[in-house]
Amino acid sequence: MTPTPVRTDRTAPAPPTSGGAVARRMSSVLTRFAWMRLILLLAAPLTWLVLIYIVALAALLVTALWSVDSFTGELSRSLTVDNLREVATEPLYRTVALRTVGVALLVTLIDVAIALPIAFYMGKVASPRARRLLVVAVLTPLWASYLVKAFAWRSLLSQDGLVDWALGPIGLHTPGYGLTGVVITQAYIWLPYVILPIYAGMERVPGSLIEAAGDLGASTATTLRTVVLPLLVPSIVAGSIFSFSLTLGDYITVNIVGGASQMLGNLVFTNVGAANNLPLAAAIALIPIVIMLGYLAAVRRTGALDRL
Amino acid sequence: MTRTTRTRRLGAGLTAALALSLSLAACGSDDTEATTGAPTELGENEGQVSILAWPGYVEDGSNDPAVDWVSSFEEETGCEVTTKVYGTSDEAFNLAKSGDYDVVVASGDLTLRLIASGEAAEVNTDLVPNYEKVFDFLKDKEWNTVDGKNYGVPHGYGANLLMYNADVMDEPTSWDVVFEKGSAYQGKVTAYDSPIYIADAAMYLMATQPDLGITNPYALDEDQLAAAVDLLKAQRENIGEYWSDYLKEASAFKTGDSVVGTTWQVIANVIDQPNIKVTIPSEGVTGWNDTWMVSSQAENVNCAYAWLNHIEDPKINAAATEYFGEAPNSAEACEYASSPDFCATFKAGDEEFANKIWYWRTPIAECLDGRTDVECTDYSDWTKAWTEIKG
Repeated sequence: MTPTPVRTDRTAPAPPTSGGAVARRMSSVLTRFAWMRLILLLAAPLTWLVLIYIVALAALLVTALWSVDSFTGELSRSLTVDNLREVATEPLYRTVALRTVGVALLVTLIDVAIALPIAFYMGKVASPRARRLLVVAVLTPLWASYLVKAFAWRSLLSQDGLVDWALGPIGLHTPGYGLTGVVITQAYIWLPYVILPIYAGMERVPGSLIEAAGDLGASTATTLRTVVLPLLVPSIVAGSIFSFSLTLGDYITVNIVGGASQMLGNLVFTNVGAANNLPLAAAIALIPIVIMLGYLAAVRRTGALDRL
Repeated sequence: MTRTTRTRRLGAGLTAALALSLSLAACGSDDTEATTGAPTELGENEGQVSILAWPGYVEDGSNDPAVDWVSSFEEETGCEVTTKVYGTSDEAFNLAKSGDYDVVVASGDLTLRLIASGEAAEVNTDLVPNYEKVFDFLKDKEWNTVDGKNYGVPHGYGANLLMYNADVMDEPTSWDVVFEKGSAYQGKVTAYDSPIYIADAAMYLMATQPDLGITNPYALDEDQLAAAVDLLKAQRENIGEYWSDYLKEASAFKTGDSVVGTTWQVIANVIDQPNIKVTIPSEGVTGWNDTWMVSSQAENVNCAYAWLNHIEDPKINAAATEYFGEAPNSAEACEYASSPDFCATFKAGDEEFANKIWYWRTPIAECLDGRTDVECTDYSDWTKAWTEIKG
């Protein structure tokens, strides 16, 4: 049984009803009061942001002030700064924090070093067709699961893995599982996140500027150093925030290819999963937050964020 | 322009994701205190039961079609089984506290903690008919009975063995291959990733440095703990990776990334290569003695008891313990084992051997070896020491 077309025709051009009038009145009110428009627009995302982001951070801070009974595992909700003091004074946490920052910096440096030439080629040299193909090539690894990539590196880096086999002829061996493995794997996993913003920035560098530099007698190196690179700084910073912050909080890769080494994420993980010490875990989790805030503040001072 | 906003939005999203993942650390679970009186009679089965277990303890044939003692249980009782596998007692403790599991199988380093935190319910062994077949020397032990109340039924017991790659070394007779002589295999030594592994070092010191006066590896005063920690810190130099995921250790031994270290029989079974062998060194072994417990928050108590009785059935117990590689809990189970040497291999029923294994216990301030002149280090000290050792 299909409805007759006559019927649909009759209902389609509906005459203005009271509903339409209400809508029109509301829109005129909204036009007059800009603040109301703003509230309606931002209410949902702001609630979300406050609930997920601010409340969670506050909960984290409060949890760090609790303590736990080691035998029964019961949380004691009386406030104490013992956890914070322990995290601040124990040399262990300093060592691990420094190691984590070191790995994050190294990963970021490697990624930027690889991403710059690729982005330059994609943005300025390649034909539109090659450019599209390259974007696809950069994006494709993002489709594979993070875990799959980490485990792939576990087998690559193992004693009888591909890396050892490939390095064998030149007398080298696989670095095996450890911090080197972590740096390699992380640099691989986060590379697309660094290439994309730099490529986006590279596309916005006006070709005329590069040409003008050439016309005025600057060598290629000088042009890159004095024209292209300064214009790219905001993009590089954006990319580095990704690789830096993502490495800073990671513990899965470290578990898979890190051998016996620990990073901050592992300390959080052990304290939640194994030691059942949520408050201490929360206190440790504050370290990367502080580092990240420091990093963002430093970046802000350079003014790179303003031009982003 | 759109590109920058996109980048910025992506950035905000990622920051939020980072914050979210960090804040997950802040999600606690409130414990509901349930009454722990043991039931005196059972009702009708609820239709499902959830079990928290060591790997290899609850097999439904999905890992190996021939290894299946869940299907028969489901058919007989109508209780559908869901399982969660854990790698360390600490992980299990956390999971058990969530209250999502009706039955928990726990080693001796976990049972007392579960009882003390009110997570384990008293078990009426009269409702587990197969309990009477269990070896007497496994009943009413300090890890399953408190104040005369039973908190579970024994599963089996076994030892943390020394696994080695026979292509690389001859059969070791001492744990020194992973301690003092570990540098010969630098970067290829492995160890169990849990604070309880400190006991292995303490047991080794007990034999090699009698001056320290260690009489029980789970009762260490501050000096003794410091000595064990020093030993483990030296060992750390030679460790390739620590393991808590048994499949991770299996893969590391298969690829040759690890060549020597502590293990469970089941891992050697999983690897199943002629060059990977296990041995019991002269200093002795630590081990486990496991107990099936019912959660005080259990929603499916009847199915839980049905499972307890099922797993205590000598035939099922033989299958489960033989698969994992540990001694079964009854003499009758030996008759059902697929290998005639099974009980001889694991010295099942050999009370003297069973008493020689240093079963996992939870270290507490009140020394387990009976010393009253000093205070012993407790598990939180061990946990802290363990993170320090790993560095």
